[in-house]
Amino acid sequence: MKTDTKKITLSAVMTAFALVLSYVELLIPPIWSAVPGIKMGLPNIVIIFLLYKLSFMYAFSVSIIRTFMVALLFGNVLSLAYSISGAVLSLGIMWLLKKTNLFSTVGVSIAGGVFHNLGQIITAIIIMQTKEIGYYMIVLIPSGIIAGIFVGLAGVFFIKYSNNIKMI
Amino acid sequence: MSAKSKKIRNDILLCVVILVVALISFLIFKITMKDGSYAVVLIDGEEKYRYSLSENGEHLIKNGEFENLLVIKDGKAYVSNANCRDKICVSHRAVSSTGENIVCLPHKLVVSIKTKGD
Repeated sequence: MKTDTKKITLSAVMTAFALVLSYVELLIPPIWSAVPGIKMGLPNIVIIFLLYKLSFMYAFSVSIIRTFMVALLFGNVLSLAYSISGAVLSLGIMWLLKKTNLFSTVGVSIAGGVFHNLGQIITAIIIMQTKEIGYYMIVLIPSGIIAGIFVGLAGVFFIKYSNNIKMI
Repeated sequence: MSAKSKKIRNDILLCVVILVVALISFLIFKITMKDGSYAVVLIDGEEKYRYSLSENGEHLIKNGEFENLLVIKDGKAYVSNANCRDKICVSHRAVSSTGENIVCLPHKLVVSIKTKGD
């Protein structure tokens, strides 16, 4: 039986884990040099884990906290705008799809990945004031799907093996 | 069908839908494209310079510490050098059609191809 204390503690540890994943992500050099700022979304492994293991509220709280801390530690206000839009949109669609119970964890993660990139494109369009940035969609959406698959699979393994640990 | 394979089937459907929507919007973009006439330089969303694609030339775009070297050659525009960290703008291929852009996010710079009407 999971007490609130256990849930909060687990979320706190997961927040730290998400922070580390964000940092690791920043170390990876941008591969698809056609599009700036393309990121795999590794911290979403944590978000998916919390969404399925605990509840939306915990996933949401950790997501917000993580976004602000990453911006404070490793970024600036501009990166915060991109991160927040990506995080909010992706978590929103993931929560919606999970509620319908029509998709598997990986499917939910795929949608999350796509909407994460979508949020970043929309923010870029607003900030740069040119709608032609929408051209990048043709690259970012498939990569969002691929990232979503990878993150989703990692999340599934994470959840499955965490069930063996009595503490959480 | 078991509940699980139904979900997986829905996942694949979801992917297909997403890809189709992305493809359609991309095709709509492409179809409304014409050969451009100008390379418009936007800094922070405001048009600062406009260069005709028919006139070859090199233009150093300076915005404080930010420098990008815009080259117009043979009806195309590209960035040959810049002092940003990632130099994504430099590795971008030359653009020539309306709507195509070269973006340097750290410098808030967009080189956008537009026609006479814009």
